[in-house]
Amino acid sequence: MRIPCPLCGPRDRREFTYYGSDDYLNRPAPDAGAGPWDDHLHLRANPAGETHDLWYHEAGCAQWLRVHRNTVSHEIYGAALVAGLKGGAQ
Amino acid sequence: MSQSNRIAGGQIDRSQTFRFTFDGQAYAGHPGDTLASALLANGVRLMGRSFKYHRPRGPISAGSEEPNALVQLRSGARQEPNTRATVAELFDGLEATSQNAWPSLKFDAMAINDKLNTFFTAGFYYKTFMWPAAFWEKVYEPIIRRAAGLGALTKAEDPDEYDKGFAHCDLLVIGAGPAGLMAALTAGRAGARVILADEDFRMGGRLNAETFEIGAMAGADWAAGIVAELAALPNVRLMNRTTIVGAFDHGIYGAVERVSDHLAVPAAGKPRQTLWRIYSRRAILAGGATERPIAFENNDRPGVMLAGALRAYANRWGVAAGDRVAVFTNNDDGLRTARDLQAKGVNVAAVIDSRQGGDLLPGIRHLQGAQVVDSAGRLGLASVTVRLANGRTDTIACTALGVSGGWNPNVNITSHHRSRPEWREEIAAFVPGAGGPANLAAAGAAGGDLSTHGALASGQAQALAALESLGISAKASDLPQAEDAPIAISPLWFVHEGKGRAWIDPQNDVTVKDVKLAHKENFTSVEHLKRYTTLGMATDQGKTGNVLGLAVMAELTGQSIPATGTTIYRPPYTPVAMGTLAGRSRGKEFKPFRLTPSHKWASEQGAVFVEVGNWLRTQWVPKLGETTWRESVDREVLATRKSVGICDVTTLGKIDIQGTDAGAFLDRVYCNTFSTLAVGKCRYGLMLREDGMVFDDGTTARMGQNEFVMTTTTANAVTVFRHLEYCRQCLWPDMDVQLISTTEAWAQYSVAGPNARKLLQKLVDQDISDAAFPYMGAGNITIQGQRGRLFRISFSGELAYEIAVPTRYGDALIRKLVEAGKEFDAVVYGTEALGVMRIEKGHVAGGELNGQSTALNMGLGKMVSKKKDAIGMVLSSREGMNQPGGYRLVGVKPVDPKGSISAGSHFMEIGAPVELASDGGWLTAKVYSPHLGCDIALGYLKAGDQKIGRKMRAVNFLTKTDTEVEIVSPHFFDPEGERLRG
Repeated sequence: MRIPCPLCGPRDRREFTYYGSDDYLNRPAPDAGAGPWDDHLHLRANPAGETHDLWYHEAGCAQWLRVHRNTVSHEIYGAALVAGLKGGAQ
Repeated sequence: MSQSNRIAGGQIDRSQTFRFTFDGQAYAGHPGDTLASALLANGVRLMGRSFKYHRPRGPISAGSEEPNALVQLRSGARQEPNTRATVAELFDGLEATSQNAWPSLKFDAMAINDKLNTFFTAGFYYKTFMWPAAFWEKVYEPIIRRAAGLGALTKAEDPDEYDKGFAHCDLLVIGAGPAGLMAALTAGRAGARVILADEDFRMGGRLNAETFEIGAMAGADWAAGIVAELAALPNVRLMNRTTIVGAFDHGIYGAVERVSDHLAVPAAGKPRQTLWRIYSRRAILAGGATERPIAFENNDRPGVMLAGALRAYANRWGVAAGDRVAVFTNNDDGLRTARDLQAKGVNVAAVIDSRQGGDLLPGIRHLQGAQVVDSAGRLGLASVTVRLANGRTDTIACTALGVSGGWNPNVNITSHHRSRPEWREEIAAFVPGAGGPANLAAAGAAGGDLSTHGALASGQAQALAALESLGISAKASDLPQAEDAPIAISPLWFVHEGKGRAWIDPQNDVTVKDVKLAHKENFTSVEHLKRYTTLGMATDQGKTGNVLGLAVMAELTGQSIPATGTTIYRPPYTPVAMGTLAGRSRGKEFKPFRLTPSHKWASEQGAVFVEVGNWLRTQWVPKLGETTWRESVDREVLATRKSVGICDVTTLGKIDIQGTDAGAFLDRVYCNTFSTLAVGKCRYGLMLREDGMVFDDGTTARMGQNEFVMTTTTANAVTVFRHLEYCRQCLWPDMDVQLISTTEAWAQYSVAGPNARKLLQKLVDQDISDAAFPYMGAGNITIQGQRGRLFRISFSGELAYEIAVPTRYGDALIRKLVEAGKEFDAVVYGTEALGVMRIEKGHVAGGELNGQSTALNMGLGKMVSKKKDAIGMVLSSREGMNQPGGYRLVGVKPVDPKGSISAGSHFMEIGAPVELASDGGWLTAKVYSPHLGCDIALGYLKAGDQKIGRKMRAVNFLTKTDTEVEIVSPHFFDPEGERLRG
């Protein structure tokens, strides 16, 4: 499996650490209440098909990536820097 | 024995003779031989016994598809079971032995199974060993394991080395037959980076086994010429003896290169095998085709083989597999075998051709419309019985029979991503289906183009298509002239006559009868058929038998073959040794060690080391005359508390955090506040996970307005850094914060004890008096002019500092510290003494930071600030985690100071029954405290904060101990912290 890192190019999966769905990016507000926090932390869809998830290029550029891929075909459509997506400085 | 069956020709070097043995008997062969070809040349047909019935078996193929001729190679620690004699390259001195036979290959006692065959039919295990369940492990499995199985392991350590390799290319070509060579040539000439891999030691594929011409040359010579041209191209890498074993995601292919298997012992410094990971942009499967047999009664005798193999032994190796041969075929390719053998001067007794009509072979007894219905011969073929077209039978004496039921394209790798092969009627075979690996195309016989011309044309066409998709310009060259004969097959899968057994999968002993039984018992889907009969589940993955088995099922169910379907293949294409998969990751190299800056000094002192994460840390440093570890550890603790001790704490994670928002960032990642910390000061920080549990702890120092140095535990150095990068990049990318891990950049030593300051002041250029450098102070310093850092922090409870220098000065610093400490009788202490002192002081570490504990559990609940949004703040305030009766950190002492307690013991009330319901918590860590003169421990006890002073029991089922203990404050030593501030 190879992930196209926007900074390093296509790299072997073993350089990356998997985290989970990009739902994690939507951290609830402190006063959101128990329900949304429970959802955020524990409830995940398990899609057969296209998914967006978070990978950390640990043995590379130390950037967190949002990877668009397919859990059935294993196709990877692309990867982007999360910090870039969120408009922040990198 | 002489090479009685050796005939003229072949690609062997007759100028050189190799001596080898099989079951202790000496034989001779030549370079270029396989073990199978050399044994056949010496008239040896019997090479093994079958798995279940222990029937005598010989090779049926001349390649990697071989199900029968499995032998053990070499002896001693290098002995390797289950190797295929048909691909084992001969070398001088090779020792081979038969397996799965006792007492000998010719007389095998377990052949009694053959007489009991009516019991050992399909589903035998399922039906026989069903109950009682307890019998499986104790009775059935040991019996089956002994009776079945093939070779044996020596259980000696493998003396050879194995490597991992990584290669990149534009185009990977799998197989170096006519299609593969043409594809590699087309891409190589265009300048593409090409890897051409072939499992054989000689490239050329079937061209080496045929008498075809390409252009005006012998096919094998044409192949040699192309290989020479490719070898001269700098952009082409030729990998012979290399099997592509699997197709993985995104153009990655696994390959096993047998670097040294053709040598008695690997050359110095060379691995035996290398497992390659090949990253390809495009790939072409030119893996050829495998011939399949026709099943008939007793078709498994040594001497019965595939017609193409019979021809290969004659053409490539100069071996007649028998002195009198016959051929049984349903297609024109089988006729080639008869023609080639006849041309070589071998006595061809007859060709039994199941088809009617067509031209008769000149000069050969060509029986059309005939079928072989039985064979005879005890340890090898002596004759076949033939049902003639006119209905009469004839017995034809022969010692070898070539059988051809057609050719199956080697689609295996195309189905590694679960693509199902598709049926192609005109060749009566499965070809690669849609949905295979995205970058892979099949060419030549693997794609269903079974003629030589078809192979050359499709090899070139697929290479051009691949190059075009890569944007590499290439042009088609004129293809050389080559045969383009249709295969003219009239399918015949099994001979219907006869009541005996007709083998489909000889390695797992699956017969036509077994398929019929599966059908009768309604296991008709191909997946059920496979598992019920074990068809295709042997080490050859049914390369010769699978299609035959499902064709039989198709006939029984009255369905077409495409409607019946096919099972698919998994990696590896051929068996892979465990050592190859492990590579160099064995023994000490399984996991690399990281050495601390004081390692060399500590080794010189005879220190004892312990693995901590990836690190080797000093555990204690024994002094001359000390006989037990406790003596050393007690001494280190007492000396530190009395005067001063030095400990390498480099392994703790260090993270530099800089930026205008660094303080605000720390407020969000720690549950307590850091933005208010003064420059030049440290603070203990507690880091939570988002679920409110404690993640890690450590001290963080503010070195400047916008610069902090964080420390983490040794175990979590990597995960904390990952987490902080996550927080920075994914949660708050608008903050101005930069992180860098500096764990490896700084060597750091703890200097602890009443004389710590006096010792350090000898080396540190600045004033470090209590007034100038107070408790929890931090700053940049110089040590005899060399830059460093100093933190006044303590894990031991003593007046203590941590002093850091760039890692390259770490060795010099430990030596200077020890030298400067001599006048104070300074000791160097290891992780054991560190553990004793931290428990005496009640600091939490690994046993308490177990991922299931909250700040409240640790007695640090007040540290969690409710005034700010920090990771874990919301969920740490969950009701269930804040109940008054929850676990609290306590100290534990045995009531009798001589009493012994152990970590992992559970708290129970005195008099309570020893059962789960009485469980009040557990002891997380225990040491012997030389200071208190007894065992002490920390533990989590339900409502522990309200039980100080109570007597309870520490019960341990593993050590079978039950000790009366007193619950005390976790701060055993200097609870007011006066020494820290001294």
